[in-house]
Amino acid sequence: MQDDIVIRVVAKVMIPAVMLFALYVQFHGDYGPGGGFQAGVIFASAFVLNAVVFGLNKGRHVWPARYNLMGICGGVLLYGFTGVAGMVLGKNFLNFNVLSSDPVAGQHLGILLVEFGVGLTVAAVMVMLFFTFAGRTAHLRLLSKSDAHERKVSASKTAKKVKK
Amino acid sequence: MMQHLPVLQVLLPLLAAPFAALLRGRDLAWGVAFITTGAAFLISIALFLEQRALGTTLVYEMGNWAAPIGIVYVIDAASALVLPVISGIGFVATLAARQLVAAEIDARDHALFYAAWLLTIAGMLGQVTTGDAFNIFVFLEISSLSAYALVAMGSGRDRRALPAAFNYLILGTVGATFYVIGLGLLYMLTGTLNLVDLAERLPQVEETRAAFTAMAFIALGLFLKMALFPLHFWLVPAYAHAPSAVTALMASTATKVSVYVLIRLIFGVFGVEFPGLADAVGLLVLTLGIAGAFVGTLAAIVETDLKKLFAQSSIAQLGYMAIGIGAMSATGLAAAFLHLFNHALMKGALFLAIGMIAAQAGRATMGTIQGAGKQIPITMTAILFGGLALIGVPLTAGFISKLYLIRALLEQDFWLLAGLTFLSSALALAYVWKIIEAAWLQPRPKGAPKLHETASQYIPAWIMVIATLGFGIYATPLVQAAFAAAHVFIPSVAGAN
Repeated sequence: MQDDIVIRVVAKVMIPAVMLFALYVQFHGDYGPGGGFQAGVIFASAFVLNAVVFGLNKGRHVWPARYNLMGICGGVLLYGFTGVAGMVLGKNFLNFNVLSSDPVAGQHLGILLVEFGVGLTVAAVMVMLFFTFAGRTAHLRLLSKSDAHERKVSASKTAKKVKK
Repeated sequence: MMQHLPVLQVLLPLLAAPFAALLRGRDLAWGVAFITTGAAFLISIALFLEQRALGTTLVYEMGNWAAPIGIVYVIDAASALVLPVISGIGFVATLAARQLVAAEIDARDHALFYAAWLLTIAGMLGQVTTGDAFNIFVFLEISSLSAYALVAMGSGRDRRALPAAFNYLILGTVGATFYVIGLGLLYMLTGTLNLVDLAERLPQVEETRAAFTAMAFIALGLFLKMALFPLHFWLVPAYAHAPSAVTALMASTATKVSVYVLIRLIFGVFGVEFPGLADAVGLLVLTLGIAGAFVGTLAAIVETDLKKLFAQSSIAQLGYMAIGIGAMSATGLAAAFLHLFNHALMKGALFLAIGMIAAQAGRATMGTIQGAGKQIPITMTAILFGGLALIGVPLTAGFISKLYLIRALLEQDFWLLAGLTFLSSALALAYVWKIIEAAWLQPRPKGAPKLHETASQYIPAWIMVIATLGFGIYATPLVQAAFAAAHVFIPSVAGAN
């Protein structure tokens, strides 16, 4: 698909906009519709779009596989330890009142952190799901003119190396 | 710190899981799992002792939001009895898992294995601790989803683990969906999800068809989850093809937690007085329980794969718990709790011992253990004691629970059922004898691989055996705790026990 100039240009414009919108949905979730789940999916869709348009390999280059586990676990830990902070500060688990001197501000901060944890985990899970399923179809090169090209290039490179 | 124990019980394994997933190298992840399950076990014992000493219900409010609006964790006599079972088995199984997992699972997957392992333990502990019906569903899903992954991890050695895990996933999800449909109906009727609040509000709507439907959905969903005959078909392949450590953990805990949730919902929320409950659920559970006891035992007699054999026997043992529930009396419930506790110990012993054989020989069948009594006497003796406890031989824990079960049936003049229960227990002798005969009375075939055992291999199983014998010989505190648990749901009548 990367041969189509329209798709490439539009994708390049859209990807940052999608990410920005995801952050808006994430951090405006306290006041309007939105929150971690929706924001995580939107954020992940930017990476999916990137991989669909520019090929799996380039997509993987932007989001290496090791980010998956870090994102998934990091989000859960952020959520959990925001709750534990309430315990450390002398109240029960998940009590956000004590996170700030003002209880309302404390609740606000707590929800913000917790939702960010949710968003992080959801985004990482979504990207991982996409790459896992897309990576399975080695014989079904739907996305893959670019992949084939890249492989040809890397193959000729290794061939040259071997010759040397 | 003490007041946080109810939440730490669940939180510790839940938050240790992502840590374990991030760790490289199998021993680190195992270390995290070992320390966490050990701490969870200590917490559950502390909670049990505290609850027994105070005699009241410990309540923990999440974020200091009081019940019915907030979610509360509740430690009463029933949950205090079940928590040590889960965390104790979790701890001993983790002890054994180091060798079993090293033998059976690709080293790259160890970190993820222990993450799923801790999550499934956290999910089960959560189901028992929480006092919120929807929270139960969330924890049910946490423990089930990680259990599906754990079963599927057996595919490195045995490809049949994949279809087994898939079947388990489909049927488990159907069960969970039924539960949540029933819950949705209850929420529509009462506007609350807190278990205590639900129980208070249900009598106002108990004559409605929706309330009866809700009960049917919840009961059916949990029957599937607890593998009550004839909804047990996912269980045998899932236990047989899962990694040995997973079989040991799940056979002792997973279905038991569903039994507990069923008791909590049926007796704690709907209540014995609920119209139609005694006829519909009580009679059904009683009939299916006794049928399951026979079907499971007979299937175990003809089975040659040891994991499948004892998985079939689990169906039978779950049948006995169902009979205890179906008796609809305090003694019956106490018998169900006793058997829940004791069966977890015996199955833990059996599957840990069998797992060690399977890890060495690749499979554990009648052929594998033929004449093995001389080569690995200590492991085989553990299997022998586990089998005797399954039959219900005196001086084992199995005897105590069968005794109270038959007593509960006789209290209500169910003479036929008591006789059938006794008969099916006696039939269990057939499959235990089959193992004794193969292991001790037959010679080791020529060319059979030599089995060996070391202390670290049989100690986990023997911890369970000693517990089985200990609770069989000195059962008084356990019986008292079980009756206290039963009286949470059915208030005591003077002179009972």
